[in-house]
Amino acid sequence: MKLITYKFILFIRLLLREFKAQKLRMSLTVAAIAWGTISVTLLMAFTVGLQQQMRKASSGLGGRIMILWGGQTSKVFQGLPPGRRIHLHPEDVDLLKKRIPEIEQISEEYLRWGVTLDYNGKQINKLVSGVAPSFKDMRSHYAQMGGRFINKIDYEEKKRVIFLGTRVCEELFGNDDPVGKRILVNSIPFTVIGVMVDKLQNSNYHGPDENYTIIPATTFVAIFGDPWLDNIVFSMKEGVDSDLVEQELFRVMGGKYRFDPTDSPALWTWDLVKNKEIERKIFLGIVIFMWFIGGMTLLIAGVGVANIMYVAVRERTREIGTKIALGAQRKHIIWQFLTEALSIAFVGGLIGISFSILICSLFRALPMEGALELLSEPTVNVPVAFITVGTLAVIGLFSGIFPARKAASVDPVEALRYE
Amino acid sequence: MMNNGTLISLSGITKHYDTGKVKVRALQGIDLEIKRGEFIAIIGPSGSGKSTLMNIVGCLDTPTAGEYLLDGRPVANMGIHQLAAIRNKKIGFIFQNFNLLPYATAYENVELPLIFAGAPGAIRKEKIMRNLSMVGLSERADHKPTELSGGEMQRVAIARALANDPEVILADEPTGNLDTRSGKEIIEIFERLNVEGRSVVTITHDMSIAERCHRIVRLKDGIIESDTRNGNKI
Repeated sequence: MKLITYKFILFIRLLLREFKAQKLRMSLTVAAIAWGTISVTLLMAFTVGLQQQMRKASSGLGGRIMILWGGQTSKVFQGLPPGRRIHLHPEDVDLLKKRIPEIEQISEEYLRWGVTLDYNGKQINKLVSGVAPSFKDMRSHYAQMGGRFINKIDYEEKKRVIFLGTRVCEELFGNDDPVGKRILVNSIPFTVIGVMVDKLQNSNYHGPDENYTIIPATTFVAIFGDPWLDNIVFSMKEGVDSDLVEQELFRVMGGKYRFDPTDSPALWTWDLVKNKEIERKIFLGIVIFMWFIGGMTLLIAGVGVANIMYVAVRERTREIGTKIALGAQRKHIIWQFLTEALSIAFVGGLIGISFSILICSLFRALPMEGALELLSEPTVNVPVAFITVGTLAVIGLFSGIFPARKAASVDPVEALRYE
Repeated sequence: MMNNGTLISLSGITKHYDTGKVKVRALQGIDLEIKRGEFIAIIGPSGSGKSTLMNIVGCLDTPTAGEYLLDGRPVANMGIHQLAAIRNKKIGFIFQNFNLLPYATAYENVELPLIFAGAPGAIRKEKIMRNLSMVGLSERADHKPTELSGGEMQRVAIARALANDPEVILADEPTGNLDTRSGKEIIEIFERLNVEGRSVVTITHDMSIAERCHRIVRLKDGIIESDTRNGNKI
């Protein structure tokens, strides 16, 4: 045991001496490994981060939902002419819920643009939407701390309560806490009950949700008196084929409004489930491409490391010759390069990984707006980082060991003659 | 240490280099016997095979044919580990261009063979300092080769060659890169080592140095042209 400890100390001393002697080369190799690690790790970190953010953004509008608008018939049906407008009515919500069991939650949506909101004399014009409480989960309208979305009681009792998008809240209240405050909606007093949490959203149908203001649908009808719905939003149960639900929808609605179930312009639908499936496939392509680029980057870094190691060992052929002439065993020579390569990989990898983590935390800490927000959550993939360092270490090792082995295997006089 | 036994015995040693186009016959049948405690100069014109001979004797190179017995044992039968041990402990090799590790101090250069031999720290330190003071460089232990003169570098190389108390010192033109005064210092160290009972074999171009040796082997075209001891033919 004592002997092993002693040999180990001797080894470290030799190693430190070599390090001192080969400062430039060592730092170059360390830098090459660090750089390779940073490139690959960051590339993958941003890919993973982008993937997460894209997923979040695409669920910003909602989960497994479909949105339904009225349309215009294009086919003759049961003696009725084409070109009839189909309007959605409040009772359609119950009809669909009752007739299509695949529907999980459903909400009507009324919309009115240019409604005047007034807070202490400050006036802005905004979109007001009237919906049911189920809208919250379907369309991700979650309230910030201290507030809430409209609930069943608000809906049933036609309460004059309003839920604000973040931008609306900023414009109207600035830094003030809006919850519990009174505002005038077209001169009618409403109580603010909540503000939506910030969310990523990459698609919308009436502008981003941060610009929405929401009141109970029942209150909406009482104030504005709209006879028709703007649209119906419903979510589907897990595992349900959205195409079948859409067919069923046309059948049920066709039965009520008397149009051909195959007359597609009669109703407009937006199937987010299908949308997401397409998005997922596109992004899978991007991720595969990124992995490919990552692999190529790793390869280039590997070639760099191999080159430096190889040249370095060749340069030291004379030194190897001298050591053999002085009685070094082959293991002395091999071990020297082995430990050297491993320590270089360790230091380079450590620097590379730390730097990548640093850059990622920096990106997370920086305030990012708009499209940049998609880059704001880079996540270092630990296995990828270690595989990168490991690969570079192995490449460095082999490109160093082979010339060293060769130099240690020939007659020392040949190694000594090497210029 | 036995004084009169045969240490090195060469018979019919040849060495041919095949460079692809030309075949170089560096050695063409060398018979040579070196006893313990001898002090030998090997002389001859450039290309006569002196260095090749020295490298073979020093186990740095292998002959094409012929038999080399070291301490009565055939070198050809030895494995790489055994050869490394011989280079490490039995032979001290000194080069014309010193071959010191440029980044290591004099102390660390002398330490190398001791490390390869696996000597413990205390013993290493004692031997290094003894050998450095033997060549008059104990004050220079912390200096790197670039901070030393040519003569001093060669003295470090001698201290390094002596590290594991070898039986024979082999020097390939040790004074070739040195001025006359430094060369003289080197040869005086060799004389001291020889008086202590060590065999010394040195290649030289300098007749004044060769004449201080007890035996002169003259090579020409890869064969021994003459072999004289104190002026008398052997």
